[in-house]
Amino acid sequence: MGFWITQSLNSLALGGLLFTLSAGFSLIFGLMRIANLSHGAYFMLGAYIGLTLLRTGMNFWLAMLLAGAAMAIFGALIERFVLRRLAGRTLSQVLATLGIAFMIADACLWIWSGDPMPLPGPASLEGAVPVLGARFPLYRLAVIAVAAVIYAGLLLVVERTRIGAMIRAGVDDLDMARAVGIPVKTLFTAVFALGAGLAGVGGVIAGPILSVYPGLDADMLPLALVVVILGGVGSLTGAAIGSVVIGFIYTFGQALLPDLAYVILFLPMVLVLVARPRGLFGRVTT
Amino acid sequence: MISPRVLARLAAEAIALAAVPLVAGNDYYVNLGSQVLIAAIFAMSLNILVGYGGMTSLGHAAYLGVSAYATAWLAQRMGMGPLAAGACALAITTLLAAFYGVLALRASGLGFLMITLALGQILWGLAYRWVAVTGGDNGLSGLARPAPFGWDLGSATAFYYFSLAVFGIAFAAIGLFVGSPFGASLKGARDQPRRMRALGYNVWLIRWISFVVSGFWGGVAGLLYVYYNNFISPHALSLTQSAEALLMVIAGGPATLLGPLVGAALVIVMKNVVSAYVERWTLLLGAVFVAIVIFLPDGLVPGAQRLWARWASRRGKGGR
Amino acid sequence: MVTRLFSLVVSAAATAALLLPPEVAAQGEPIRVGFLTVKSGALAAGGRQMEEGITLFLKQRNNTLAGRKVELFVADTAGQPAVTKSKAQELVERDKVQVIIGPLAAFEALAIDDFIRQVKVPIISPSAAAEDLTQRKPNPWFVRAVGTSAQASHPLADYAAKTLGYKRIATIGDDFAFGHETVAGFQRAFEDAGGKIVQKLWSPLNVADYGTYISQLKGDVDAVFVSFAGANGPRFLKQYRAYGVKTPILANMTAVDEGVLKNMGDEALGVISSGWYSAATDNPANKAFVEAVNKAYSADPGYYTVGAYASGLMLERALEAVHGRIEDKDAFMKALRSAVIDNDPRGTIRLDEYGNPVMNVYIRKVERRGGKLVNAVVKTYPNVSQFWTYDPKQFLASPVYSRDYPPAKNLE
Repeated sequence: MGFWITQSLNSLALGGLLFTLSAGFSLIFGLMRIANLSHGAYFMLGAYIGLTLLRTGMNFWLAMLLAGAAMAIFGALIERFVLRRLAGRTLSQVLATLGIAFMIADACLWIWSGDPMPLPGPASLEGAVPVLGARFPLYRLAVIAVAAVIYAGLLLVVERTRIGAMIRAGVDDLDMARAVGIPVKTLFTAVFALGAGLAGVGGVIAGPILSVYPGLDADMLPLALVVVILGGVGSLTGAAIGSVVIGFIYTFGQALLPDLAYVILFLPMVLVLVARPRGLFGRVTT
Repeated sequence: MISPRVLARLAAEAIALAAVPLVAGNDYYVNLGSQVLIAAIFAMSLNILVGYGGMTSLGHAAYLGVSAYATAWLAQRMGMGPLAAGACALAITTLLAAFYGVLALRASGLGFLMITLALGQILWGLAYRWVAVTGGDNGLSGLARPAPFGWDLGSATAFYYFSLAVFGIAFAAIGLFVGSPFGASLKGARDQPRRMRALGYNVWLIRWISFVVSGFWGGVAGLLYVYYNNFISPHALSLTQSAEALLMVIAGGPATLLGPLVGAALVIVMKNVVSAYVERWTLLLGAVFVAIVIFLPDGLVPGAQRLWARWASRRGKGGR
Repeated sequence: MVTRLFSLVVSAAATAALLLPPEVAAQGEPIRVGFLTVKSGALAAGGRQMEEGITLFLKQRNNTLAGRKVELFVADTAGQPAVTKSKAQELVERDKVQVIIGPLAAFEALAIDDFIRQVKVPIISPSAAAEDLTQRKPNPWFVRAVGTSAQASHPLADYAAKTLGYKRIATIGDDFAFGHETVAGFQRAFEDAGGKIVQKLWSPLNVADYGTYISQLKGDVDAVFVSFAGANGPRFLKQYRAYGVKTPILANMTAVDEGVLKNMGDEALGVISSGWYSAATDNPANKAFVEAVNKAYSADPGYYTVGAYASGLMLERALEAVHGRIEDKDAFMKALRSAVIDNDPRGTIRLDEYGNPVMNVYIRKVERRGGKLVNAVVKTYPNVSQFWTYDPKQFLASPVYSRDYPPAKNLE
């Protein structure tokens, strides 16, 4: 019984991590149709910035927000000066976002050296607590909670605010949204900034678990893609459910089918996509 | 079909490529030339899908990898000669492309990208895990180079000319393919799939055939790769390899015949030559990509052609 | 008259120069040493430490070995086998190096194995630990300054069984060749000493999260043996502690290597590992070495730094034995293989007939000394070879250590 409880909690925690990673990607792709292949690099850079801030003794949550803000500004600049001129041109976007990812990855190696570094989590969340008869790290429970808060917050923004309405309109029909007078250009920059900021926040939140090291970006990007595709692009709830599903597949798959460990995510993904090319909850034809 | 001017230009380029070993002065540069040609064939095969077909794939390394592994395995475990093993490997790779095409074409756009990525990663994981067959991350080594018609390919120069010959054949074949009526229908399916369907074309079949052809030539690149390196390991199947090929195609100029060669030269030279002088060459490469996107958005070859045309017309005006 | 005398002198000198053996003529030229390392990508941290080791070595000797100047050519392999081959070609064909130090990873060494045999360039590996490189597939031009993957695992297993009295151990390791070999060696020696390996887990090299694995580890074991490289050791240990698991950890050399230890915290305390080096080893050569490294790079030397530095020492010894005449390849190779390095920070090192070093293995325990984490030495196993106490012929007759060999008979 303990096995199922612990692994389920592991799945939820991993799902929470994946959600903070992929929510931004889903938003950006859903609205702007840009597959932001620098997303993993933003995640990693956010973690490195968070690490530097945390080393000054700053409060964890403040460092997380500041790192997210820094990545949001960075993302806005990239969108405004590089990606904006590439509207609708998939291949150019691929080249640009991968080129930026290369630059960020090498710059991080240069600035922070290649040594792997764990991020110190908040001291109040250290250690394990008993949960339904099993011992589980308190920090991972916090990750589940934070991911849920982020999800609720984003949902609130998207469903209840004017800017959210504009985003939804843009996701549904971009041309009509323009015709109706929505300031699409500014909206794009804002959403891209939000997506990049979320990635940065995700990097800091994941830091105490994953650490930060060169190659983190390349490890994380496929996971973000898998979650978004599975859950369906353009749907925040899809990304949330996709994250949890992937969390479960990954965790239980590694435990029950260890021989398939290297392909545990990609096999189900191929099966789902072949059966339902739009993903489980897709609202957008890709 | 092909104008004499274009033929003349192609002939000049062929002669330039053939002269590389003579001016290189050093086996190292000749070997570098071979690597560029192998990468160019690989990028050209991907270009069929990406440039001419409009289908962005992040799993193309699968064909290079499977072809290379099959050749090495058949030669070492089954005792086949390198050429015979290569031919069988090509057949296996083409079948794989046929199968993968059926799966991948279920989706389009980002979904297609993801399926190809996933299919490639599955093979990569298999290469890592199936140690008994693939040697795991240690890979398979000790493969001999073939000797087609008794021609010993052991030396750098000999292998370069062999690669050049294969490149020439690939270039001509792919050029004919995309220039043919079928190629036109592929471009049509890329640009206006709904209209093509309305006109009665079987867009799925057009795309699937292109997928298989693309996989075949990717396999050819795989043969050259394993013959050149005498070694294959899972790195050749990695996402990095697929992404690099995609970058070569886009940077060079998708939907141009020479773009992949230029893109391949860019990446190979940066990785192998520039890295000896510039420590942060990855940063530089990324910056080059971004610069291409901003200043030469169609890629290096179309961009260079435009600059050349502008310079030529300015000269013409000035001369008058 | 003067011109005729002049031309006579010149032609006499030219003839004399032609008659001199080429090695003597070349004595004035610097020795060209190629250095294959990784400077980009995930392995870059180890590559940087390797470069620091060799740079310090040469700087201490004013770039002069055996009376000749040394020119170092550094090449970045990016951790990709195809690029490693290309860089090896660059070093040999373009830069005309006479000896190569490197590469970093085992798969890189295997990728250039055929090439090295072909061009007959001596190569000293400062870090590649793959077993077969000096066992079933030895290359006559290959020696290494570090041991095999399992060389340090055997003594640790012996220590675990005999000194610590452990009986039941679970293992978890990176699912690639280095991890397989390290765990296999531990398993064999531990079971031969009367213990039982009751669980063997493998995690992919790039696994996102160890939570699922930590939760699978059996609770009723005396210890968990871990084998991790690169960033995975720190990552695993931090997560392990977060789960509040109390089972003691035995680790391979790279999991708590000095290179990653410096960024770790309490999660590393008490971890017992084994390796052929510890920065805390108490001998004069090491004290001087650690001091020099700290002065130059503000950190303790670890696996990679000492590997490269020791490669330099090996090179120096061999060069001295041939009086600097590296051009005489066969003599130089012979000198390399028979070198005895008594000023190595790890203690006296000599190579066995396969080109692998016989050296001390230190059982280390992570402690906090003076505010920083160190691998304190608790026991020394002197002069351990790659074959441990096994007969080399029998050892080589059985299959190479792998995921499934030796077979795990006691899994529960």
